[in-house]
Amino acid sequence: MSNHAAQPYPGTETPDGTPRREWPLWEVFIRGQHGMSHRHVGSLHAPDAEKAMLNARDVYTRRHEGVSIWVVPSAQITASNPSNKGPLFEAADSKPYRHPTFFDIPKDVGAM
Amino acid sequence: MGDNTLVLGHRLSEWCGLGPALEEDIALANTALDLIGQTQMWLGLAAEVEEQGRDADDLAMLRDVWDFRNLLLVERPNGDFGLTMMRSFLFDHWHHAMLSRLTASSDERVAAIAAKAVKEVSYHAERSAEMVIGLGDGTEESHRRMRAALDTLWPYTGEMFVNDDVDERLARAGIAPLPTDLRGGWEETVRDILARATLTVPEEGFAHAGGRSGARHSEHLGHMLTQMQWLQRAYPGATW
Repeated sequence: MSNHAAQPYPGTETPDGTPRREWPLWEVFIRGQHGMSHRHVGSLHAPDAEKAMLNARDVYTRRHEGVSIWVVPSAQITASNPSNKGPLFEAADSKPYRHPTFFDIPKDVGAM
Repeated sequence: MGDNTLVLGHRLSEWCGLGPALEEDIALANTALDLIGQTQMWLGLAAEVEEQGRDADDLAMLRDVWDFRNLLLVERPNGDFGLTMMRSFLFDHWHHAMLSRLTASSDERVAAIAAKAVKEVSYHAERSAEMVIGLGDGTEESHRRMRAALDTLWPYTGEMFVNDDVDERLARAGIAPLPTDLRGGWEETVRDILARATLTVPEEGFAHAGGRSGARHSEHLGHMLTQMQWLQRAYPGATW
């Protein structure tokens, strides 16, 4: 017998180890069409991955938005620190040659 | 079919703004909207077949308790969230089995409505099953509440599988399956999910009946209809 209450999911405990009184947070990614990548659409609370998937259907796909859903525990995402913005992104500002903007792309090619 | 979806749809809409979490609130409201959308199709067809000049709104808003032909199960009050989910679970799996069969109805209009509804209902059935498993096989408190919900609601499931004269005529014409034919598949599915939820089906075989025939609705339906119908009755013909 599995016991759902005995299987803690990531984020079901606070950093000091006490149980959360809220369901953990999940990030939701939806693929709009075949061939496109999944895009982050928002987040939601759910007790486990299966229910996060069902909730994502209710919260984010009621208007025909997609063909595929991913859910990821928010606690599993390692994010960059806002104070690191400079070293991470601004160093490229003075290097225009890194941007592929010097080519003429024929219209027929479409989005690249 | 339309009375079941109307009554359960209204019951679920009573949760709007009261769900235990924002996501559950949205899911309950979405399910209620699905069911009320199905009601428009079923009662619209019923009004058309009846040829009395009534429409779906008339059938929903201007009939009294004794004219309703819904299962007693769906008029049961919401209770706590667990009771609501157990009620949906027991109904959804019957609903899904019935709609699956109705997609092959000899009446094209019935088959078309069923084909549209069955997609929504397979989601309802999946969601309520997940909830029943999660809560039944959850904490001591959630398990206790789900066991109480099952004990309370199980005696209302027998009515789903009783044939009457109308059912037999419909079955002979190939329009709808006999309710008794749905029992085996429903029981197998429901018992399997309840076992995963660590819940035991009550032994007692007693079954309430009288909702589908209209002979004996519970007092709860009358209260619900006064809530649902007061505006149309106070201001006949009101539209917005």
